Amino acid sequence: MDLMLSEPYQALQAEIRDFIRHHGDKSPKVGGGRKRPDQKTLDWQKRLVEHGYAGRTIPKEYGGFGATPDVMAAAVIAGEFARANVYAGLTNQGISMLVPTLLEVGTEEQKRQYVGPTIRGDIIWCQGYSEPGNGSDLANAQTKAELRDGYWIVNGQKIWTSSAHYADMMFLLCRTEPDKSKHDGLSYLLLSMKSPGLEARPLKTMTGRSEFNEVFFTDVKVPETQIVLGRGKGWYVANVTLKHERLMIGDASKMTARLEQLISLLQTSEIDGVKLIGISEYRDRLLRLQGEVLAWKAHNLRLLTEAAQGIDSGVKRMIIKYGGTMLGFRLSSLAVDALGAAGLPYESLGEDAEDDDATTWNIDYMYDVGLMIGGGSTNIQKNIIGERGLDLPREPKVQGRA
Amino acid sequence: MDFGLTLEQRQFDDSLRAFLTDHLPMERLRALAEPGIGYDETLWRNLTELGLHGLLVPERFGGAGLGVLDAALAAEALGHAAAPVPFVGSIVMATLGFMNSATEAQQDEYLPQIAAGECRFAVALPSFAGQTGSASVQWAGSRLSGRVTGVADAGAATHFLVYLADGHAAVVAADAPGVSTRMHRSIDRTRPVVDVTFDGALAERLDAANAPLVAARRVLDTGRIMLAADTLGAAQRMLDAAVAFAKERVQFGRVIGSFQGLKYTLAECVTALEPCRAMVWYAAYAQDALPDEARLTACHAKAHLGDVGRDVARLTTEVHGGMGFTDLLGLHYWFKRISFNRQMLGGPERCREEAADVQGWKLHA
Repeated sequence: MDLMLSEPYQALQAEIRDFIRHHGDKSPKVGGGRKRPDQKTLDWQKRLVEHGYAGRTIPKEYGGFGATPDVMAAAVIAGEFARANVYAGLTNQGISMLVPTLLEVGTEEQKRQYVGPTIRGDIIWCQGYSEPGNGSDLANAQTKAELRDGYWIVNGQKIWTSSAHYADMMFLLCRTEPDKSKHDGLSYLLLSMKSPGLEARPLKTMTGRSEFNEVFFTDVKVPETQIVLGRGKGWYVANVTLKHERLMIGDASKMTARLEQLISLLQTSEIDGVKLIGISEYRDRLLRLQGEVLAWKAHNLRLLTEAAQGIDSGVKRMIIKYGGTMLGFRLSSLAVDALGAAGLPYESLGEDAEDDDATTWNIDYMYDVGLMIGGGSTNIQKNIIGERGLDLPREPKVQGRA
Repeated sequence: MDFGLTLEQRQFDDSLRAFLTDHLPMERLRALAEPGIGYDETLWRNLTELGLHGLLVPERFGGAGLGVLDAALAAEALGHAAAPVPFVGSIVMATLGFMNSATEAQQDEYLPQIAAGECRFAVALPSFAGQTGSASVQWAGSRLSGRVTGVADAGAATHFLVYLADGHAAVVAADAPGVSTRMHRSIDRTRPVVDVTFDGALAERLDAANAPLVAARRVLDTGRIMLAADTLGAAQRMLDAAVAFAKERVQFGRVIGSFQGLKYTLAECVTALEPCRAMVWYAAYAQDALPDEARLTACHAKAHLGDVGRDVARLTTEVHGGMGFTDLLGLHYWFKRISFNRQMLGGPERCREEAADVQGWKLHA
């Protein structure tokens, strides 16, 4: 156990601090809703890629910085940007999911065409996975694509497609081999969101905003070459994406930042002239959460060390999504309770504008519920923890159609 | 940065666990639990082979000179085995008490004996430890008077290290005139609680600490981390047992671990418990390396493990069904171990109160 950074990482840290000192004023504001990056953000992103603070491990020939993968370096970078409250670069599904997938299984042409513009923020992607009839059972996708005269003709519907209303491209999981089994009948296509016959309709959520979309396909034509890896390989490609789903390094620092905001909220809000931090019922809830966040932070350091050593953390990693979203929700719940009746006025200005503090906490409070559901719901996570983590037997299969 | 254990730490942990598995099978544990004094001569003497007693004792006094994290690993292993060993009081808290507050001469007299397992200290703390019961000991003219209840690891103590309200400590032999003890078998039969009465007992003060109260709190905090680690080991043992049971037990024609209700219970246990391990490691490391965070993380580790331990103890007992409630299975030793740890040296409520204090969060402000 040694929590000091070794020399090369201290050097990296110093280099980042220097970068932030010289260029930090050009950073866009941290946070904000999901929206198409503006020019200021694109300029900043380009600067980050040049210095290796974004697209760090992407090979140079595809527009990246070309560094060797190193989770410790990634953690130092994330930590320094968070500490300085400076924008750490774009995070979107194109960058975190599609790019590593193409680098592993894409054609040379696909890599050259898409990787560079994606990490620079010039191409925004959305993910066409979930469908109205299959949320948790991803491999059961029913959206169809038939090959006719050199084009895939796509028909069907996707849902929960975030950023579809401003994305340029979609990576789509669809059924191309209807006579094959559930998992072997899927393919992975890349298509333009401007294709005729494709319609994205914003899906208003409980926050009152439209964070997601429904996407409808009516005879949408996609060139035959826009397939990744090949026919019937869609499930494999989707799993390559999952394999690349790295530990969210920013998670613990995000959690800490939220706890700090919560502490100052309790130190400033009052009832009958008494600060909430001085009322034992509020204070006790805060203290419990602080203890849990400390455990979570330490756990993340442990996972980070294991990742750096190439150790598969197994169940220790599998608990992150369930545990993290629950803890996040309980933090925002206490904030909403601290705001109390005075925090009830709620006017979200949409994703492009900045909301007042109370509305922002309330959005987080509701959005956290969405996070528990999205990306494998809490109950699915518990199945994964139980079956893959603790090696408990699966539920007996229900007899039925694939 | 390396948040993990060294090869030496893992080897020490493995050998201690293997030793406890060999020397403390269930029937032995049952036999030792009956008198409930929390001590077994053979077990204690055999543990000297592993160098457990001198773990924290500096090498010049015959110990291994290791750190609080190493001690926390040992505490976790002892909790996992529900071992009746007065580890926290003698091997950890008393050793640190001497290192923090004793003169070189006093260290030279006692630390080698602790390292050799020849003396067994119990630590009697005053009210600042946050335990219920009574704790009032006065010092006057080299003599101790008063009474402390609920002293841990004192079932076979040869000496007491007694802390006064101002943080000064005094050493007194358990068989000295004016010292009387009354042992109670506790809910946890692997460890008793002892009430100690001093009636003008002649004692030796440890006066070398510049800030006695700070030194005393450090001993308290380290003790709390040890109890948290002990709970971690005990809860892990219960969880492992429940997972194994869920893979074997058949009801309604299915192994019960295939039922989602049960799977979810176990998933919740592991999600709560696994981050506790990193939390205990961090708090233990902070005692030696991160002074600014040491108090806060010790208080939180004790409080959080108290709560998680209770949940895991209950849920894993439930997983075992009726068998879990019987004496036959012996699972209750770990349930009770966790319950004992929760109350000693300040429960979660008290520890969080102190955590608030450390951060200057005052009530009704």
